[in-house]
Amino acid sequence: MPAALSVKQLRKVYPNGVVALKGIDLVVPEGEFFGLLGPNGAGKTTIIGIVVGLVNKTSGTVEVLGHDVDTETSQARASVGIVPQEFNFSIFEKVINIVVDQAGYYGIPRSVALPRAEKYLKQLGLWEKRNSAARMLSGGMKRRLMIVRALIHEPKLLILDEPTAGVDIELRREMWVFLKELNTAGRTIILTTHYLEEAEQLCRSVAIIHQGEIVEQGLVKDLLSQMHIETFVFDLEAPLTSEVEKLLANFGVQKVDSHTIEMSLGKDETLNDAIAALNRLDIRVRSMRNKANRLEELFLHLTKKI
Amino acid sequence: MTTREMWVAYMTIVRKESVRFLRIWPQTLLPSVVTTTLYYVVFGTFIGSQIRGFGDFSYIQFIVPGLVMMAVITNSFSNVAGSFFGSKFQKSIEELLVSPITPFLVVAGYVTGGILRGLITGVLVLSVSLFFTHLTIHSLILTVVFIFLTSLLFALAGLLNGIYAKDFDGVSIVPTFVLTPLTYLGGVFYSISALPPIWQKISLWNPILYMVNGFRYGFLGVSDVGVGESLFILMSLSVALLFANIYLFKTGRGLRT
Repeated sequence: MPAALSVKQLRKVYPNGVVALKGIDLVVPEGEFFGLLGPNGAGKTTIIGIVVGLVNKTSGTVEVLGHDVDTETSQARASVGIVPQEFNFSIFEKVINIVVDQAGYYGIPRSVALPRAEKYLKQLGLWEKRNSAARMLSGGMKRRLMIVRALIHEPKLLILDEPTAGVDIELRREMWVFLKELNTAGRTIILTTHYLEEAEQLCRSVAIIHQGEIVEQGLVKDLLSQMHIETFVFDLEAPLTSEVEKLLANFGVQKVDSHTIEMSLGKDETLNDAIAALNRLDIRVRSMRNKANRLEELFLHLTKKI
Repeated sequence: MTTREMWVAYMTIVRKESVRFLRIWPQTLLPSVVTTTLYYVVFGTFIGSQIRGFGDFSYIQFIVPGLVMMAVITNSFSNVAGSFFGSKFQKSIEELLVSPITPFLVVAGYVTGGILRGLITGVLVLSVSLFFTHLTIHSLILTVVFIFLTSLLFALAGLLNGIYAKDFDGVSIVPTFVLTPLTYLGGVFYSISALPPIWQKISLWNPILYMVNGFRYGFLGVSDVGVGESLFILMSLSVALLFANIYLFKTGRGLRT
């Protein structure tokens, strides 16, 4: 079975001389929920742009479900749906027309596209807005419209570039559920996101890209097991005294404010050790949380921010 | 894509383009009708009545084919240039770029939209002329061939402009500073035989002269230039622009980074 996406030695040098991709190798198996992570300007959108036909590559090969994007362009394009980062539809067009016209570009007649559009617009809560001009939609609705548009030709591979940027928490959770359902139904999903919590929640495997190179790639659980330290934030019941503060400082504990401390634990240390140490100092803990999600810490470590 | 899928994709662009210019007809169809009616009134009736005609034809009969051609050229060009640049500006052109539709079909779809607007405007302007004069048809086939080929050529030219344009100025510069002067100097209002020899020779380099004269020949049976020559120039330029547009789409010039 061919991979959903196979990228070999992919290079992109922009006309202004900027080297965006320095020979990327990437394989995403069919049925995968895959995260492409990296800071701004890392090359994520360039990779996606090349896969879907919005960016010309300098060299390398890209195959979508076994179809080379250069020699089997039509089949490759028909196999992939894209939800881009920026809104890219006519704001004057009606919602239903945007979706049905997109189907038309794939050769799907209106008689097939209309019931399919109804199904997806209803699933994503946009059916009531079908006759509204796209400019009348809220930001979250516009993003959902792009998801419907990307699904209208029922692609086997769905690529989402920062799909939940600017979307409120409730809607983001709803979109996660929807995307998980799509993946469970057999569709391969590739996601780029700045919300690493999102990647940790949704993706089975990820690639971390930095300055045009993949610095890490694998299953999320395997990558997380590489982490050496994890930082916890403790909310204290009583304010810290200056003596206790000095004692804690000797153990590398950071004071955030009078009622809050941060403690980094190594791989061989347990939370029980930390709580026991605090108990010995008669410090009572009201609540505790991770400072950042674990993937975020790994990401920062790999991109040499920490 | 199968042949049927290609037909669906092509018709999707054609329908979208046609609905667009028909929906905003006061901005797309009406202006040419109003402007040309003023030309009929001022140049045809008021001034034209004091100008001797050309052969057996009155001055207004002489200028009607040129004015129709002017409307066809302007509308075919601006429909495609404006619509395509609008798609680029809003990034909705990406909807086409990510789809399996071939460059030829995209060009064909947009150009068909431009031809339809050009022909509809041409028919409207021609119909209005009947309020001012009666028209003779020397060759219906040549009339139809010339109006169709001219709208095809300028729809293709409009697409080329739309692909290269980087801003709204880029879309308006060509019609204002290239098309309008060439049309006015392309024998719409006069026969080049009335010009000094040097200007006659210079006029022969203006491609619009051949279109206006070919179309006029279809109506009146008179032309400053050979009809066969006009057809050859029109077809050659159309083929050249068709391949140029397809090439630009394939390579993604001005469309892909």
